[in-house]
Amino acid sequence: MDAKVEPQRQVMRLRGRSYVAFVFSPFMPIMNWLEEIDATLAQSPGFFAGRPIVLDLAAVELSSHGVAHLVSNLETRGIRVLGLEGIEPDGLDPKLPPVLSGGRGCVVEQVEPKKVEVQPPPPPAPSLLLRNPVRSGQRIVYTEGDVTVLGSVGSGAEIVAGGSIHVYGTLRGRAMAGINGNSDARIYCQKIEAELLAIDGYYQTAEDIGETLRRQPAQAWLDGDILRITPLN
Amino acid sequence: MAKVLVVTSGKGGVGKTTSTAALGAALAQRGEKVVVVDFDVGLRNLDLIMGAERRVVFDLINVAQGVAKLSQALIRDKRLESLWLLPASQTRDKDALTDEGVRDIIADLRTKFDWVICDSPAGIERGATLAMRYADEAVVVTNPEVSSVRDADRIIGMLDSKTVKAEKGEQIKKHVLITRYDTGRAARGEMLNIDDILEILAIPLLGIIPESQDVLKASNVGSPVTLNNAASQPARAYIDAARRLGGETVDMMVPTEQRRGFMDRLLGRRAA
Repeated sequence: MDAKVEPQRQVMRLRGRSYVAFVFSPFMPIMNWLEEIDATLAQSPGFFAGRPIVLDLAAVELSSHGVAHLVSNLETRGIRVLGLEGIEPDGLDPKLPPVLSGGRGCVVEQVEPKKVEVQPPPPPAPSLLLRNPVRSGQRIVYTEGDVTVLGSVGSGAEIVAGGSIHVYGTLRGRAMAGINGNSDARIYCQKIEAELLAIDGYYQTAEDIGETLRRQPAQAWLDGDILRITPLN
Repeated sequence: MAKVLVVTSGKGGVGKTTSTAALGAALAQRGEKVVVVDFDVGLRNLDLIMGAERRVVFDLINVAQGVAKLSQALIRDKRLESLWLLPASQTRDKDALTDEGVRDIIADLRTKFDWVICDSPAGIERGATLAMRYADEAVVVTNPEVSSVRDADRIIGMLDSKTVKAEKGEQIKKHVLITRYDTGRAARGEMLNIDDILEILAIPLLGIIPESQDVLKASNVGSPVTLNNAASQPARAYIDAARRLGGETVDMMVPTEQRRGFMDRLLGRRAA
């Protein structure tokens, strides 16, 4: 037997879907209304760009020609009319957008494109606590926040922090604070014998640190673009 | 319970090998069974200081590679029967050492001795890291001068991060041994003083060994200074240090300048 499977014909399916559109309700005289539109556009250009717009013409009496003129006027302002409302479809130019009915009012979320989203406040800055001395040759990199060292930082050791650096022993090595551009970061130590201090890229080497400060408690901070090292008292 | 002790420094020439031999002999004189292991593969010296250079047949590398048994490579000291030496190879380099080889040898030595003292090579490379790898305790040797102290600081950082004990989250016990302490220069303020060194390194002091001709004389005759002249100042300092390693509390003796005799001054000779 000759069995033939008929290919199933695709049935065209029609679905309904509703969309939210802005509704413009022009009033007389049309020229004044257009001026208002222009004023809105001057404040926020592109406000209507790409948004569906429906013209509610119930409040005005316009001829077919008048409607066509209004629609083209809006188009020159970058406003595309999706449909018309409040007007009899008879006698309208078929090139005009279709006449819609059954529209329901709804609240449209106002999304202003120019507004930058307010960022949530950053979580409290994290910090790294080192209980042991940092030995020569060790390099501690902590870009997330502050570094606290309970012991000393040896000559030839290096501490790199996104925030401030606190050393409760002698700082003999290098300390670089605020490496992510945090110019408010500071370096504190009980005894300063540092090889190099840097905050946000501004640095001083051991030679630049005043002899009177040596072995004293000190802090380093940025005063504009000058790295200042002052006693901690 | 055997203790594995590494004698290390970072910097060369500060007295690691001398101290290994002297501490090893001092511990053996106290009746402990001691082996000193030379990790300075390619530049071995410990056999010379111990006076065993003419009896070396097999070495650390041979044992690590399974060519020889540990018992064949160990050399017993002629003066102290509880003191042994495991020499390094002079013809190979540090790459011949493997982590597994060292691990197995140290584990084997632990079963046979009270003290396993590893003489580390200078530097921070493979030889030095493997010498400290399986240690329980460390003697960090430093001279009273800045470069040596900074290198010692670096080595302490490695002891706290690269040893098996540190990787397990345990603390490796560390001591600083200050060698070549020149009493004359210390009095004139030409050297780092003891307090400065201890403040920088922040580990307990094991001993202060004075700079002395006795050390040189002892190594020239191939004998640990504690055996060669036990009454000399450096030997007494090493013996005290060995007692502290054994857990005793011994008062720290800071070497003082010895008075030169009249004849010495007349002849312009340097006193010890």
